[in-house]
Amino acid sequence: MINLIINGLPVSVEEGATLLEAARFLGFPIPTLCYIDGLSPYGACRLCVVEIGEGPKAKLVTACTYPAEEGLKVRTASSRVIKARKMILELLLASCPQSKTIQDLAAAHGVRRQRFRQEYEDCILCGLCVRMCEEQMMAKAIGFRGRGQNRSVGTPFDIQSDICRLCGGCMYICPACQLRCTYTEPEKAVCGGCENLSPPCLEKEQFDDMMCYMDPCVACEITKD
Amino acid sequence: MKEENFLSIIGKHQAHLGGLISILEDIQTEYSYLPEQALRLVAQETGFSLVDIYGVATFYKLFSLKPRGKHLISVCSGTACHVRASSGVVEEFEQRLQINAGETTPDGEITLVTVNCLGACALGPIVVVDGYYFSNVNRQMVGEIIDNARAGIDRVDVDTDERIFPIEVSCPHCNRSLIDKNFYIDGYPSIRVTVSFGRRHGWVRLSCLYGSYSVEQEYEVPIDTIVDFFCPHCHAELSGVSDCTSCGAPMISAFIPGGGVLHICSRRGCKAHMLDLHGASL
Ligand code: SF4
Ligand code: FES
Ligand code: FES
Repeated sequence: MINLIINGLPVSVEEGATLLEAARFLGFPIPTLCYIDGLSPYGACRLCVVEIGEGPKAKLVTACTYPAEEGLKVRTASSRVIKARKMILELLLASCPQSKTIQDLAAAHGVRRQRFRQEYEDCILCGLCVRMCEEQMMAKAIGFRGRGQNRSVGTPFDIQSDICRLCGGCMYICPACQLRCTYTEPEKAVCGGCENLSPPCLEKEQFDDMMCYMDPCVACEITKD
Repeated sequence: MKEENFLSIIGKHQAHLGGLISILEDIQTEYSYLPEQALRLVAQETGFSLVDIYGVATFYKLFSLKPRGKHLISVCSGTACHVRASSGVVEEFEQRLQINAGETTPDGEITLVTVNCLGACALGPIVVVDGYYFSNVNRQMVGEIIDNARAGIDRVDVDTDERIFPIEVSCPHCNRSLIDKNFYIDGYPSIRVTVSFGRRHGWVRLSCLYGSYSVEQEYEVPIDTIVDFFCPHCHAELSGVSDCTSCGAPMISAFIPGGGVLHICSRRGCKAHMLDLHGASL
């Protein structure tokens, strides 16, 4: 067991536990965006920052990826953390203002303005869909391509993947890209299930272990009628 | 047929899979780009998922998914080169070649790319054509560089051939260096000696790369003539003790500081040369 102190309260957690898990165990809220139970932590959105250490050595780390250390002093709501968190939300808003998830988070944390140039990206590169596809759907149909400014999520060669089962898991989990559901170029879409109007459940016998995440589901609507 | 080729390249790495980048590098060297079919085969053979392979292939600038032209012109747009106006150089290239950076001319001759820092910032802006570096490039030089690229830059592939490496030599009599820092051959300072043949005297500059046969000479020495070599500093003859094993002409010798003798055949056109290292470790 590892003993650490979060916001002045001592807590012991199992070796390998993250700061996020430790803080949640004590009931301290830490907002997250790219962390979801059941998927491996990735540390992309930085929203879960907390402050560790003391004095001039104190620094900000992402709670979802930082493993608990013996004797560590963690602050989850210091003024520095709050400031950084607001800034991160402001930046997220700047890149993806249309996302309901980000809007809600921003509102909940009192972000009232957005001072940066407005972009309208349909992806914040949080990697949730990539991990969903690989870790929960066992498919690995989509992944990251390129780097830096050109980094994007999609299928190899930008053509519909033959591994993709159109489960819709990526769209279900995506905090940003409702746009993908109404993709205008079906052959290029990550899934394009709705555009192509061939949800997998229509041919259920092909995938008996199928999990469907489409909501509202086009196929269900059709079969209902 | 192509498929077999890809498979043989992949097969070479079979022993230690995990070397995804080496496989991709080999395919890229062979075809100058990564064909879709090849990537699919790599996925099938190595068990890596296609997404990961595609991710790696698009991550590194070294790899290209589109066929590249015969000649590759890379213009540095790293910070140091950028402040020395490399963007103007890129523009000039784009205008003259009528393509954008990252594209290939329609005739398939030249591909223009920008890269971020080639590690020679002090000499920037840097342009690399098929592995040959041009330094302090400005807009005026662009036309000439393009002509050079089209003509094909004739150069030993120094970086990939391990048998080729630069050496330093000095006169065995006066011990002064024969390296001429003001005259570059193959991108390295050349070795300068004086030669005489018949009634002519002049300089010859040899590439200091062991294994390269590039020479520059004041007078064209006819092939097969045996010439006498002299030190340009003390004018002593650089005679040797042995004869060339392939043509029988006398070998001339020069010292390698640190221990060793370099023997070169004195017959123009004979490519025999030999490195004699007295127990010196390389
Ligand atoms: S598509 Fe959505 S889930 Fe996937 S990385 Fe982008 S924002 Fe995240
Ligand atoms: S939740 Fe920790 S970085 Fe996104
Ligand atoms: S910036 Fe061009 S070589 Fe470094």
